[in-house]
Amino acid sequence: MELEGRVWILDDDDINTDVIYPGKYTYEMLSNEDMAKHALEDYDPTFAKTAQKGDMIIAGRNFGCGSSREQAVSTIQFAGVVAVIAASFSRLYYRNAINQALYCIECPEASEYARKNKAALHHKSMKLDPEKGKLSIGGKEFSFKPLAGQAAEIFKAGGLAEYTKKKLASA
Amino acid sequence: MGYTMIQKILAKASGKKEVSVGEIVFAKPHMILSHDNSAAILKTFEKMGGKKVWDPERVFIALDHEVPPPDSKKADNHKAIRKFVADKGIKSFYDCGVGICHQVLPEYGHVIPGVVIFGSDSHTTTHGALAAAGIAIGRTETASVWALGETWLRVPESIKIVLEGKLRKNVEAKDIILYIIGQLTAEGANYMSIEFHGPAMQEVGIGGRMTLCNMSAEAGCKCAMVPFDMHTEAYLKEVGAPKYTVLDPDKDAAYEKVYAYDVSKIPPMVAKPHNVDNVAPVSEVGDLPIDVALLGTCTNGRIEDLEAASRILDGKKIAKGVRLLVYPASRKVLDQAFERGVARKLLAAGAQIGIPACGPCLGAYGGVLASGERAISTANRNFKGRMGTKEGTEIYLASPATVAASALAGKIVSPE
Repeated sequence: MELEGRVWILDDDDINTDVIYPGKYTYEMLSNEDMAKHALEDYDPTFAKTAQKGDMIIAGRNFGCGSSREQAVSTIQFAGVVAVIAASFSRLYYRNAINQALYCIECPEASEYARKNKAALHHKSMKLDPEKGKLSIGGKEFSFKPLAGQAAEIFKAGGLAEYTKKKLASA
Repeated sequence: MGYTMIQKILAKASGKKEVSVGEIVFAKPHMILSHDNSAAILKTFEKMGGKKVWDPERVFIALDHEVPPPDSKKADNHKAIRKFVADKGIKSFYDCGVGICHQVLPEYGHVIPGVVIFGSDSHTTTHGALAAAGIAIGRTETASVWALGETWLRVPESIKIVLEGKLRKNVEAKDIILYIIGQLTAEGANYMSIEFHGPAMQEVGIGGRMTLCNMSAEAGCKCAMVPFDMHTEAYLKEVGAPKYTVLDPDKDAAYEKVYAYDVSKIPPMVAKPHNVDNVAPVSEVGDLPIDVALLGTCTNGRIEDLEAASRILDGKKIAKGVRLLVYPASRKVLDQAFERGVARKLLAAGAQIGIPACGPCLGAYGGVLASGERAISTANRNFKGRMGTKEGTEIYLASPATVAASALAGKIVSPE
């Protein structure tokens, strides 16, 4: 399935969980809609106000480092984001993303290209085929390794909550 | 070729004879830890159709992140958790005031060597101090483990860190790990398991090892461990831990990388805003006045930490305008602080001592910063906005001795 969406190029490494979803909201039981209002609040306060359904993010290295807080994944999902492409992800963010069925694509080449050409490509359209392992931005194509094995199974179930639900129901 | 600690531990936890790096295994935890986030986890657990937890003996919950609850919503969360604990017969529940999850878990004998500890908290790596693999997972995954009793893991590569030499006076485990994170960078250990080795480890007690393993999370690791030795044995005996089997790494184990550091060359260190790997010797940061000095948290809230600070503060007063906040890691630590006269020294110097809990480390309550303020803290993260607001705030991370010396001086100074 090919996805097409507007891209946000976040030209930084080490974008951490606390700037994606500040600690002061972590223990509030917020609705999905209210969580979306705080997406990337301490990184780019304009993000949550202007993000649209189907948007994608391209960032640098070690995206999502820091806390185990899963809301750092769900907040951007609720804001409309369907995929994050980064040079690398922190292990915990990557794992939480699989469990929440958010596409996290490790593609250092695409990250480097997008960051270099941010002026021309930011907020422009990009295409992503997560199953085929292909993405294109600014007329340039990149390939990556699609999710496989156990992680892909969880993702396909719609996330870990659905996966476990099915497992419990069949037990 | 031999096996690393994590290979042996994951083989055991997944019921296999041996596992190789890169292999996916399903590991069963010795314990699974969570805290105030259990209020959200239990909702997911119920959504999954979970009726009973797979093993009420292995579920550990300590309330610490919003303690005492700063508003009625957080009090409602705690109430929901207490009800869940009672309904499911969860044995290891530690209510508000007992302490921070990562301190309470080992203190009450729930960590033993050679096992997997899962935790819905990124600093679950702390438990490697007792030669266990403390592995952080998210909330949904914790709900899933409550239901199924296991989850999948990729067997990680390992990094061996060899510490040599003798620590300088007023240089602590915190300085060592800040230095190491500066060398490794914030993603230098991403996905990997860290093992701490070397003769200098004999000088580092369990408290210091907890600091090392706790902060290793800031280099992105999956877990960080110190092999079992006499310190481990003595601690486990003291807390009355159940029977255990030690899993030592083999001498010919394969490591992705090996780093050796001479600790005698490491001075008191700080992590400067806004990344933990942005480190420098304290002596090089220049003239930086502070508003808040935070002593405590899961990184440095143990009795040896409070003692190190009290030795510097003894008989002196903190600088005018500085708030020195002390959050002991547990009730037991606070009790020791009373018994050893440490609490009195801290109070006499002008400290505010809080209830054993996380405090303002995560920016939710308990002494958060005003805009434009600067803090020096023994905690583990200095991300922008971490202590409540990003508006002009700065957080410097340092050892208890450096935090105490800085509280006296009213600016960031070295304890040396």
